[in-house]
Amino acid sequence: MTTMSTSLTEGARDSATLLRRNLKHLVRYPSLTLTIIGMPVVFLLLFVFVFGGTMGAGLPGGSATAHPRADYLHYITPAILVMTVVSVANSTAILVAKDSTEGIIDRFRTLPIARSAPLTGHVLAAMAQTVLGLLVVLAIALALGYRSGGSLAGWAGAAGMLLLMGWAVTWLCVALGLASGSVEAASNAPMPLILLPFLSSAFVPTDSMPTGLAWIAEHQPFTPVIETLRACLEGSDPGSDAWWAIGWCVLVTVLCFRWASRLFGQVGKG
Amino acid sequence: MTVNDTAIEVSGITKSYGDQPVLRSLDLTVPAGTVYALLGPNGAGKTTTVRILSTLVSADAGEARVAGFDVRTAPDGVRRAIGVTGQFSAIDELLTGRENLRLMADLAHLRASEAGARVDELLARFGLAEAADRRAATYSGGMKRRLDLAMTLVSRPRVIFLDEPTTGLDPRSRRDLWQIVRELVADGVTILLTTQYLEEADRLADTVGLLDGGRLVAEGTPAELKARAGGETLDDVFLALTGHAATTTDDNETETLR
Repeated sequence: MTTMSTSLTEGARDSATLLRRNLKHLVRYPSLTLTIIGMPVVFLLLFVFVFGGTMGAGLPGGSATAHPRADYLHYITPAILVMTVVSVANSTAILVAKDSTEGIIDRFRTLPIARSAPLTGHVLAAMAQTVLGLLVVLAIALALGYRSGGSLAGWAGAAGMLLLMGWAVTWLCVALGLASGSVEAASNAPMPLILLPFLSSAFVPTDSMPTGLAWIAEHQPFTPVIETLRACLEGSDPGSDAWWAIGWCVLVTVLCFRWASRLFGQVGKG
Repeated sequence: MTVNDTAIEVSGITKSYGDQPVLRSLDLTVPAGTVYALLGPNGAGKTTTVRILSTLVSADAGEARVAGFDVRTAPDGVRRAIGVTGQFSAIDELLTGRENLRLMADLAHLRASEAGARVDELLARFGLAEAADRRAATYSGGMKRRLDLAMTLVSRPRVIFLDEPTTGLDPRSRRDLWQIVRELVADGVTILLTTQYLEEADRLADTVGLLDGGRLVAEGTPAELKARAGGETLDDVFLALTGHAATTTDDNETETLR
């Protein structure tokens, strides 16, 4: 075995060890997971039952339909799935900040382990939580009457898109958590990430927005992600949206992984 | 003395935070198997010294070798040889005592059978066997500090840094910790500890370095230092050599580091 593959194996082993630590945290602190998954569930119920009747009628061709609420449920389910992913990532910023304001991060930094292992442990735990959250939210959407026209391949594509996006926004939140310096700041730092989906095609079609805003909405990363999800779940071809979505996710992952790793090396250098 | 007999070798280490100098050309040598106490008030540069030697912070200038490895060019070599118990608790409070130790054993790549045995041994040695399966959040201050130190020892480090190991502990917990330090030294481990307590340096250290304003103002065995300053206690020594008492403090260093 070469040195390179030894260190890769050890890095994976250390990440797995730290993943187990973070999963134990999640199991012992269930109210956190409940809050995280509760947010998109509340959004789903709010948007369907409170706004859905009116919003559904405003969708293209909506006034002609007899079931505006059901149509709106169909329209926003992909958006709510995206909100679920963002909600989990958001909490990761807090968990990372909590680690880095406590002595434990210095302990990890004085161990002969891969520099990225503690961070990768957080990201992997967040991915496990993301899968759980997506299943819960999807089950509720199905219970409310959501039906997908997607094939098995479409569902696989949607799952892949959500996980890829989860990977990207979680690395972003890990970096934000390290950069924020306190748990309080970390809980606010990813706020734009929660708001950004509202300025996309998530809840209303972008062509219903004023021109400037529509331009922003069409060019920000959440729109191609959500359009890709919609296409996959409806059984149509996402076309160039998929490439834009994948490109954004890879770019954010690479930049934020490097940013987070650099910050981790500097924690406490003050 | 050969290089192998020197556990820690520091020459000309300088460090500033902004325009605030914290260490001004610090030199020190710690022979293997001995206890060196860095004694000084808050803000003297004790914690910064430990953070540089444990690869957490890089020095602005100077060289430092720990267990034969350069902290700047071979930090992983240093990390494989050292254990650090810092001033701030480095335990995971949501995990039990046993899980905290197991985490360290797994990160040290001990085999599963070996890891279990090592964890049990440390739990027993540090009087934590009964509380092993309780979450660390429920531990008393003394128990947390013992768990913290036990976690540091899992990988059997050859060089151990203890940054103010007994600050905030009650007298009994302090004596327990001193006993543990003595046992470690009996096993051949090298210890560099920092303290504001003169009694602690006096009781534990083979060599005491008085650190004041980022400089080593005196160094020697506790007896040598007392003889030099003509005092009864290290308190007198500190006063004689620096013109102020060791407990006259400002909190600059702690605040900078937080």
